[in-house]
Amino acid sequence: MKKQLKPRIASLVLALSCGGASGLALADADPIKGQQTSAMCIACHQADGNGKSNAGAESWPRLAGLNAEYIEKQLRDFRGGLRQSATMMPFANMLTEQQIKNVSAYYAQLTPTHTEAVSLTDEQQALGKRLAVRGDWDRYIPACNSCHGPDAAGVGKSFPELAGQHSDYIRQQLHAWKNGSRSNDPNNLMLAVAKRMTEQDIDAVALWLAKQPIK
Amino acid sequence: MDIANKRGVLLLFGIMACGITVADTSVKLPEPKEGQYVHQAPTLEDLEKDESLKPQLKAVIRKGYDLFMNTQQLRGENVFNDMNCRTCHMGEGRKMWAAPVWPASTTLPDFRGKNQHVNSVEERIAGCFAFSMNGKPPAYGSDTMLALVAYQQWMAKGAPVYETNIAGRGFGKLEKPKLEPDYGRGEAVFSENCSVCHGDKGQGQKNAEGTVVFPPLWGDGAYNWGAGMTRIFTAAAFIKHNMPLGQPGKLSDQDAWDVAYFINAQERPQDPRFVGSAEATREKFLNFHKHTLYGTKVNGRVLGAHTNTGEKPFLKPDNLKPRTFEQGSDSW
Repeated sequence: MKKQLKPRIASLVLALSCGGASGLALADADPIKGQQTSAMCIACHQADGNGKSNAGAESWPRLAGLNAEYIEKQLRDFRGGLRQSATMMPFANMLTEQQIKNVSAYYAQLTPTHTEAVSLTDEQQALGKRLAVRGDWDRYIPACNSCHGPDAAGVGKSFPELAGQHSDYIRQQLHAWKNGSRSNDPNNLMLAVAKRMTEQDIDAVALWLAKQPIK
Repeated sequence: MDIANKRGVLLLFGIMACGITVADTSVKLPEPKEGQYVHQAPTLEDLEKDESLKPQLKAVIRKGYDLFMNTQQLRGENVFNDMNCRTCHMGEGRKMWAAPVWPASTTLPDFRGKNQHVNSVEERIAGCFAFSMNGKPPAYGSDTMLALVAYQQWMAKGAPVYETNIAGRGFGKLEKPKLEPDYGRGEAVFSENCSVCHGDKGQGQKNAEGTVVFPPLWGDGAYNWGAGMTRIFTAAAFIKHNMPLGQPGKLSDQDAWDVAYFINAQERPQDPRFVGSAEATREKFLNFHKHTLYGTKVNGRVLGAHTNTGEKPFLKPDNLKPRTFEQGSDSW
């Protein structure tokens, strides 16, 4: 058993050491070079980085203004298979570690704009706001804001901004956590909560968050 | 297939072959014991619907809720660290095993071992401000105190007064661990489970605007050496039943004890009851400090051997004082 595992562990170590990268001699992230790399991203994420909501199909998240280290981790996870996406994996695989840093820095410094016209019912408004701001502790659903920060504007490298993200993208990701197809969140923090959310919760909170002003 | 792609597939295969499955993230909390009073505290929705309450009272209760959830609005006045009431009293102060606050309203006034006298509800809240918030309690009878008392008492609606056998009171109690709590093991538990939110040095995390989102666990922004959370058993039960956020019961009892020990073996602002040295203060309040590491040597240094009061420009708040009832009678 031990022998069998070895090559796999070696590949894991290789992937992690490439992914971790801080020990390797990498140049500082260069957003200008990152813009060149972004040529391969704009078909979906758009030239302004605001992404696009595609009802009923895979939605393309807004990257503009997100935390650079968060984007970096997602790209490494796509590349390493820790986050599954048939769409993103081939692109992530084309990137060197330096390019990942550059393109992440490029998107992080773009100014995001609100591009989705969101409409929600009064019930969705009330439920979405409640879950995002207060949570529902009787079901052990902590508020979005308790990790993603006030106004769901994001906190550090692990808790991305949700305000003004596309509703379909948020909905699809919550579904992915709920059904177990996404699990690259630290310590299952999002997965645990998503599993307790109903379809109604997911719809309401996705729409409510998408409607919030981007900080 | 290029090398990167191959590596990805190998890695994916490796993960699947190693048997990594979707983690069990269910809520694991103790069941109430037979005969215990189980309380369903009302929510803000219930408040709005409750026509028996006068609108003026509702306004005060809402203010209490607001202060409870965002106690940082009292920063520099009553609060001198990064804590909010909800930091410890999770789930809006309503939830079992998350130190629900409503029992204080049905069980006080009562004698408390911590300060060896009979405490009112206001005095109990003052204790939180003096120790957990490293601050200066709002004055007894002040608007702030009234609002906090009102929110707390309203949540007790329907609960029997002076019933003390309450399910989920405090953070619960864990059995003693099999192994003595250990700094090194605790540090490993911390790195793996806590640091993503609380920071690799326990410093907590703020958002870009400087608002505290994840509280610091030690250092100037954390609870001081007089806070109940410095007791290892209290922190262990809090952690076991509330952390990581949304996954109560995830850690083993041993992990909870170990990480509680590790966190409470770090420095924090001085105990406001300080009498000149940590050892002497520990001795004077040994009924409390026998459960903490304060005034003891950990990794070669005595914890609490300093005069740092954090951001707070004084040691002891003046409204934290003893009571005597020597004139009162023992019996009729």
